[in-house]
Amino acid sequence: MTTRYNFAYLDEQTKRMIRRAVLKAVAVPGYQVPFGSREMPLSYGWGTGGVQVTASVIGPDDVLKVIDQGADDTTNAVSIRRFFARTTGVATTTSTEAATLIQTRHRIPETPLREGQILVLQVPIPEPLRWLEPREAETRKMHALEEYGVMYVRLYEDITRHGKVAQTYEYPVMVDGRYLMRPSPIPKFDNPKLDRSPALLLFGAGREKRIYAIPPWTRVKSLDFDDHPFEVEHWDRACDLCGAQGAFLDELIVDDKGGRLFICSDTDYCARRRPAGEPGPGA
Amino acid sequence: MYVAVKGGERAIDNAHRLLAEERRGDPGVPELSLAQIEQQLALAVDRVMTEGSLHDRELAALAVKQARGDLIEAIFLLRAYRTTLPRLGVSLPLDTAAMVVHRRVSAIFKDVPGGQILGPTFDYTHRLLDFELAAPGSLLAPAGVESGGEGDRGPAPLPRVMDLLDREGLIESEPPSEPGGQVGDLTREPLTFPARRDVRLQNLARGDEGFLLAMGYATQRGYGRNHPFAGEIRHGEVAVSLAPEELGFAVEIATISVTECQMVNQFKGSSTTPAQFTRGYGLVFGAAERKAMAMALVDRALRVRELGEEPASPTQDEEFVLSHSDSVEASGFVQHLKLPHYVDFQSELVLVRDLRAAHGTGAASAAPDGR
Repeated sequence: MTTRYNFAYLDEQTKRMIRRAVLKAVAVPGYQVPFGSREMPLSYGWGTGGVQVTASVIGPDDVLKVIDQGADDTTNAVSIRRFFARTTGVATTTSTEAATLIQTRHRIPETPLREGQILVLQVPIPEPLRWLEPREAETRKMHALEEYGVMYVRLYEDITRHGKVAQTYEYPVMVDGRYLMRPSPIPKFDNPKLDRSPALLLFGAGREKRIYAIPPWTRVKSLDFDDHPFEVEHWDRACDLCGAQGAFLDELIVDDKGGRLFICSDTDYCARRRPAGEPGPGA
Repeated sequence: MYVAVKGGERAIDNAHRLLAEERRGDPGVPELSLAQIEQQLALAVDRVMTEGSLHDRELAALAVKQARGDLIEAIFLLRAYRTTLPRLGVSLPLDTAAMVVHRRVSAIFKDVPGGQILGPTFDYTHRLLDFELAAPGSLLAPAGVESGGEGDRGPAPLPRVMDLLDREGLIESEPPSEPGGQVGDLTREPLTFPARRDVRLQNLARGDEGFLLAMGYATQRGYGRNHPFAGEIRHGEVAVSLAPEELGFAVEIATISVTECQMVNQFKGSSTTPAQFTRGYGLVFGAAERKAMAMALVDRALRVRELGEEPASPTQDEEFVLSHSDSVEASGFVQHLKLPHYVDFQSELVLVRDLRAAHGTGAASAAPDGR
């Protein structure tokens, strides 16, 4: 009962259908394109949308990197990287610079992306207006009419209540001045990397059956107010392993007395900053 | 001290090995065969085929075995296999009037042409644990079948009860929305709203039995009540026919086992339509009768728009029902919460610490309206 699967698992018809959706998404930046999402051999919520997008754009010469939470070695990143290694035979890497195609969940690498690279983001809920209006029929209308006032009201309410916008991830952005977009659950720390990115950014939501895109060099603005400009989270300390300042840090609880270690969430970035084999000052 | 979260690859390999070991259980106990599952856990196989949208008893049995009896996992396995299959053609509509019937009951007429056929049902069993079943080897005497035509029906057509009502105009007739038109396919095209009834029915047929049962039950308790009667439930085998374009005529390609439920629902009429009964429809593979009935209730509830009724309950809200009925989608999204969310949680930690610090110093009251 062994079956041979097509290159990158999906059949060519399906890839063509997905590529058409991707092309449409690139042509209308930030617009959510419905597509005939397939049932994949991994669970919904594990990155089925990203996997389908990657499968339809990957070629035999690509070098693939897969990260989850910024790390190459988390189980789901390992599992997806293996899936493509098995079904395509392409070279894989952990190096952001060496990769031509990067699939990611929840982070954009710290190392700046370059022209020609494609970043595929896994998306659980593509609709930025979903928590404000649960009905798809309604939100599609709101996008068509560019009716985004409710989102500004929501941010304003945060400011009145907390003195600041209390949205830390999937912070809403306007793409090319037209479509309100949910940048997948990346921390708002990563939002500035979306703006005028030299790389093509593709977003795949499998369960919700939507694909959207930010073509290279597109203007992406995080929503804010003149008197409350957008700001990102910052840490008053450096990475305990590589000493990086201004990288996104993960917090580890290392003992039962509340001992903490702060380390780069981007494992490739962190490892490159350390001399080979050295665990770093904090370890 | 910090130990890097390395070794994901080895952990996954080991998890797979452990899973295989757990699946097999005590090697001293004989291993289940697919034939045993298919024959003796037939209703599990039926459910997996129905919600897996693939009529193949052997593959469904394999999925049940591989999933260690977790039917939602088995449905997922079958679905993931199904998507890889090529589409060779679209069959003609099933003719359930020509069903070889094993069971057929109507709750609206004491007798109907062709009679009531109880068939193999749990309905009138006393739910007492049968301790004799605990010991293997209890062979039963074959059930007596009356020769008066009340047992398994031959291929002679058995008229549908609904057609009898239809003839008198008492129930809405049901012409195809687009004669000869293509039916939708959710596994190829994304669901859009408003959804047509063919797509809604496909969604419900693939939908989770527990979810539909709860939704159907809610309609009975007043959340979108639609006054249902079980017009007819029939279970048996029907032929599947295909009419390839190059042949120009239909050929029978398979026989499948299905259960069909037709609900009759009250409808008081409107300014343009006199009072008449309306329909709710359920169709499933195998003998998944509970699912077929629940599906028919929910189908009727979702017809509010086309019948000009006022939607008042979640059960009548097609976005609510259709977006959440699929067990594979729901199970995936609920369970994805166990994937790492370190990054988002770290962002939340930073925010909550900031807000708490601001709260202590009264900085938060610098907010515009002073709250």
